[in-house]
Amino acid sequence: MIGPFLISIFSGAIHSGTPLLYATLSEAVGERTGIVNLGLEGVMLIGAVVGFTTTVQTGNPFLGVLAAALAGGLFNMVFGFLVITRRANQLASGLALMFCGVGLSAMIGASLIGSRIEGLNEIQIPLLSGIPVIGRMFFNYDILVYSAIPVAVLVWWLMFRTRWGLSLRAIGENPTAAFAAGKNPHRLQYQALFIAGILGGIAGAHLSLAIAKTWAEWMTAGRGFVAVALVIFSKWHPIRAIAGSLLFGGAISLQLQMQARGVPVSSFLLDMLPYVLSLVVLAIWSGARRHAAPGSLGRVFQGTE
Amino acid sequence: MAFFRNRRMAGLIRFVGLFALALMIFAAVLLVFGKNPIRAYWDIFSATLGSSYGISEVLVRMIPLILTALAVALPSRIWLINVGGEGQLFIGALFATWGAVNFTNLPAWLLLPSIGILGFLGGGLWGAISGFMRVRGWASETISTLLMNYVAILLVNFFVFGPWKDPESANYPQSAPFPDAAILPSFFGTRIHLGAVLAIVGLILFYFVLSRTRWGLEMRAIGVNQEAARRNGISTSRYIILLMLIGGGMAGLAGMGEVSAIHGQLRPSLSPGLGYTGFLISWMAGGHPIGIVAAAFLLSVITSGGDILQMTHRIPAAGVHILMALILFVVLARRGGKPR
Repeated sequence: MIGPFLISIFSGAIHSGTPLLYATLSEAVGERTGIVNLGLEGVMLIGAVVGFTTTVQTGNPFLGVLAAALAGGLFNMVFGFLVITRRANQLASGLALMFCGVGLSAMIGASLIGSRIEGLNEIQIPLLSGIPVIGRMFFNYDILVYSAIPVAVLVWWLMFRTRWGLSLRAIGENPTAAFAAGKNPHRLQYQALFIAGILGGIAGAHLSLAIAKTWAEWMTAGRGFVAVALVIFSKWHPIRAIAGSLLFGGAISLQLQMQARGVPVSSFLLDMLPYVLSLVVLAIWSGARRHAAPGSLGRVFQGTE
Repeated sequence: MAFFRNRRMAGLIRFVGLFALALMIFAAVLLVFGKNPIRAYWDIFSATLGSSYGISEVLVRMIPLILTALAVALPSRIWLINVGGEGQLFIGALFATWGAVNFTNLPAWLLLPSIGILGFLGGGLWGAISGFMRVRGWASETISTLLMNYVAILLVNFFVFGPWKDPESANYPQSAPFPDAAILPSFFGTRIHLGAVLAIVGLILFYFVLSRTRWGLEMRAIGVNQEAARRNGISTSRYIILLMLIGGGMAGLAGMGEVSAIHGQLRPSLSPGLGYTGFLISWMAGGHPIGIVAAAFLLSVITSGGDILQMTHRIPAAGVHILMALILFVVLARRGGKPR
């Protein structure tokens, strides 16, 4: 009995961990250039509702993912205008963006509550998915799950192996020095936020198109905030974010499996698991993260005047 | 921080202009969704400010909003960002309910202050945990208060669906009703309750402590330069925990007021985002007491308007979150960044 249980937990961890990974990558890209985005929750909601609406309208979930990514990127530009051009407080702007996302997604999705879609189906990899246990554990997922780790590696490559990524991180550490070295902090930060918005939109699309296959108001339920904690846990590193997302996906999966098997613990207490785990993880890893955080995180680049 | 103090009139005029801008953008959003913005605004106006009943209901909602705004404004004096008003409100309501349904035979003069203290302690404890985590360097109060909101709401759900569920109320998840002695008295035949006095006293104390006492001076010192304050022998750690405790307590009082005077029992639908709205209010007001009252009035009208729009225009209640966000957007964009 314990075998199938563990397999379900494992594949559940991968399923639930996927939107967390995209969201964590999104937050990590932004924070590496010095911008904390608490509005990620709102970006994910916009991605979820735009992806869902597009899929309902066109019947094509891949178009849904594309539209979600684009909508997420554009929506994040509102945040960019506030914190980059207007130099507004990042935390307050982020929360305002979250509110905006909650309201806008509720309006867009109002007529779609209750409708269901086929969404993103599992793609069985020929031959490999036929292997007993292993096939179910590794080769029976939707496309966004398969692409999650390659995207994490791509983000890592962009951030750590390209000139663009180097400039981006230089701005995150010290925008004034980067400006003196001939970089344009504002343009690079906009680019970073656009990419972050795309990743956040995809994270939301995976929730509505692959996991829930339906739309509900505020369906992200705080995953955007959990991702902010996960970025700290993974020390702002895209590859470490994979491990963190799996751990948290595991917590969500464990909770779902226990509920499904009628474990006599209140579902409300089980639902607390990801949030409490986030707090515990933050506390435990606090010593290690001080040196890992980007130097100018949360501060406003005042320009050169 | 004193945005209104020196140029109060200029500030007011500017604020009205920004507010009008936000209203226009939201009108455009409504148009895009095929709704009639003029009729929507008119319905909001007439339902909230068009009758004495409407006005009294706006005042009723201002009570928890002022308290949750204070929960944000007080810690913000030393640059703490408390986004946990919602969770602190829920825990305050939880503690108050525990007192109200367990000590049913106490007289009102004893029971009411007791559940008030319990509500304050509940919210305060929830806030102080975040303060403690911040002091130990475990987590910034911003992220810990956000995450603890979810824990608090789930905790209340756990109790009302489980151990505290009223056996009398068939299937509704709610606690046993409060005894009469645990219901805050209301005035003038409206739903305006004793919590209003708490909110006003809270505002006055907030102003008085900040501008007239040594504590206020020390908090300003910490706000301006933490390092300098520390070298002058001011314990920042103590202030961080204390302000999160008192701030959380304010939100807890809001929760106590809602559960006792408005609902009369603990329900999961206790708060339509009152804690988050309080955050917006404090931010819009720049932490100034008069500004808090003005912004609380404005957002009370808007959030009440959200319920009207849902009933009459089939716009989801969350839709007015857009308007709330737009107001904050224009305020933030106008004011720009101040280096921390």
